[in-house]
Amino acid sequence: MNEILQLLVYGLVLGSVLAMGAIGVSMIFGILRFAHFAHGDFMTLGAYLGLAFVSAFGLSAWWALPAAMLGMAIIAVAIDQLIYRRLRRTQPVILLISSFGMALILRSLVQLIWGSDNQTYVSGIQFPWRLDWLGGLRLKPDHVWIVLISSALIVMVHLFLSRTRLGKAMRAMSDNMDLARISGIPAERVIMMTWIIGGALAAAAGVFLGIDTRLHPMMGWTTLLPIFAAAILGGIGRPYGAIVGGMVIGISMEMSTLFISASYKPAVAFAIMVIMLIVRPQGIFKGTL
Amino acid sequence: MSILLEARDLYAGYGGNDILKGVNLGVEHDEIAVIVGPNGAGKSTAMKAVFGLLNIRQGQVLFRGEAITNTKPEQMVRRGVAYVPQEHNIFPSLTVQENLEMGAYLMKGDIRPRLAHVYELFPRLAERRRQPTGQMSGGERQMVAMGRALMIDPSLLMLDEPTAGLSPRLIDETFVQIQRINAEGIGVLMVEQNARQALAIATRGYVMATGANRHEDTGPALLADPAVAEMFLGG
Ligand SMILES: Nc1ncnc2c1ncn2[C@@H]1O[C@H](COP(=O)(O)OP(=O)(O)O)[C@@H](O)[C@H]1O
Ligand SMILES: [Mg+2]
Repeated sequence: MNEILQLLVYGLVLGSVLAMGAIGVSMIFGILRFAHFAHGDFMTLGAYLGLAFVSAFGLSAWWALPAAMLGMAIIAVAIDQLIYRRLRRTQPVILLISSFGMALILRSLVQLIWGSDNQTYVSGIQFPWRLDWLGGLRLKPDHVWIVLISSALIVMVHLFLSRTRLGKAMRAMSDNMDLARISGIPAERVIMMTWIIGGALAAAAGVFLGIDTRLHPMMGWTTLLPIFAAAILGGIGRPYGAIVGGMVIGISMEMSTLFISASYKPAVAFAIMVIMLIVRPQGIFKGTL
Repeated sequence: MSILLEARDLYAGYGGNDILKGVNLGVEHDEIAVIVGPNGAGKSTAMKAVFGLLNIRQGQVLFRGEAITNTKPEQMVRRGVAYVPQEHNIFPSLTVQENLEMGAYLMKGDIRPRLAHVYELFPRLAERRRQPTGQMSGGERQMVAMGRALMIDPSLLMLDEPTAGLSPRLIDETFVQIQRINAEGIGVLMVEQNARQALAIATRGYVMATGANRHEDTGPALLADPAVAEMFLGG
């Protein structure tokens, strides 16, 4: 019982990281109709941007978050304007492959600048709180913050999508591209906002992962599979689905360690993704795949 | 005063051969112009070409006398032209009200008076304003689609088969609504399968076949023309 509760906490933390990444993947697919393979490396670059910022100014680890989010929002828009935008009139598969190339470029860049050793935002280990009234459940303050801040970001995304004109236009475009054009919705502005949100949330995912574990040039790439699994599970093109998908995949991955070795965690995500694609390819929330 | 919209000798298609081979259309401010013709005649293609969704290879589109050939949809909306396509004409995961708001995306200022006006025209939509449109009936979806287009307070409304798939009662209701919209001073250019009913309210009627005009007259005159009746109205 205690162990299950403990794994549930880990699952929520991982789920938060995956949700942050999957919202972006899902939105980008909804608007631009391609699977953004560089999203994991957006996470990595974001995490390192945060590291550069806090070490340059000697700030505490949490300052990495706003710096990384702002930096990646700008970089994501720049990459879109410089590269993806020119390929939009071709087939989506060309965008997919170019994003694969972008993933390699970003990863090499991170390795070139920051090296390939593990790094951390703060040295030393954090002592968890021990909650005796919950069967001795151990709760790290960092974990609590990760889940709380992710929830706050999710609420902000929700308010944006449901209350603002541009947010509604984003949902409209992902629903029916042609009708959005016929209605006079400015596609380029919506696309830019998609990259701002996608980039910023990917950076948040990277910083959370860096705070929870460590920074490494491969950290985002190895998280890409569960992120795609989360986006597909939720129904690709549906940001709300991505949140649910992220939590389900995160919790399943952690719970699986009750039965199988922890090194099979990615395989669990992969298995859920494959089963979902066979049984209900449109996902829980009936996506646009 | 020049005619509201005019298309002269249009040639256009989907990249391959031309589907439209010399189409002429026109509609005045206070008119309902109806295009009828067999399936595959190019009626929808003509609407798309006029609205800037297809490249017009040859010919001219004039709006209030000004050449606007190949003007992009966004600019058409800004000029006050609204278009309801034949299919996929709503945002299914958005609520009724959100669909209407998307229609007004380019409108500056307060859109509430416009919303109120559309709800007055379609009271059923007012009751369902918070409902996602994906699960609504065909008739309600068609109201959402038309409501969305009316949000910009257009001077020209282009409708592609607004009564497709509706029950006879709803078809009658739709034609009444279209006449009411027209009475507000909005020119209507529409494609219709229910040729008899549509031509009966048309001040201009066009019969199209194989990408070109075949007959052109007032609606009632076309209805009375034996050649038209035999070809397209099933005798
Ligand atoms: N998206 C498209 N791509 C290629 N050809 C099309 C497309 N849409 C319609 N067509 C072709 O154009 C012709 C006219 O179609 P359409 O304008 O839809 O006819 P109508 O609306 O009069 O029934 C048909 O031969 C149809 O096959
Ligand atoms: Mg048609």
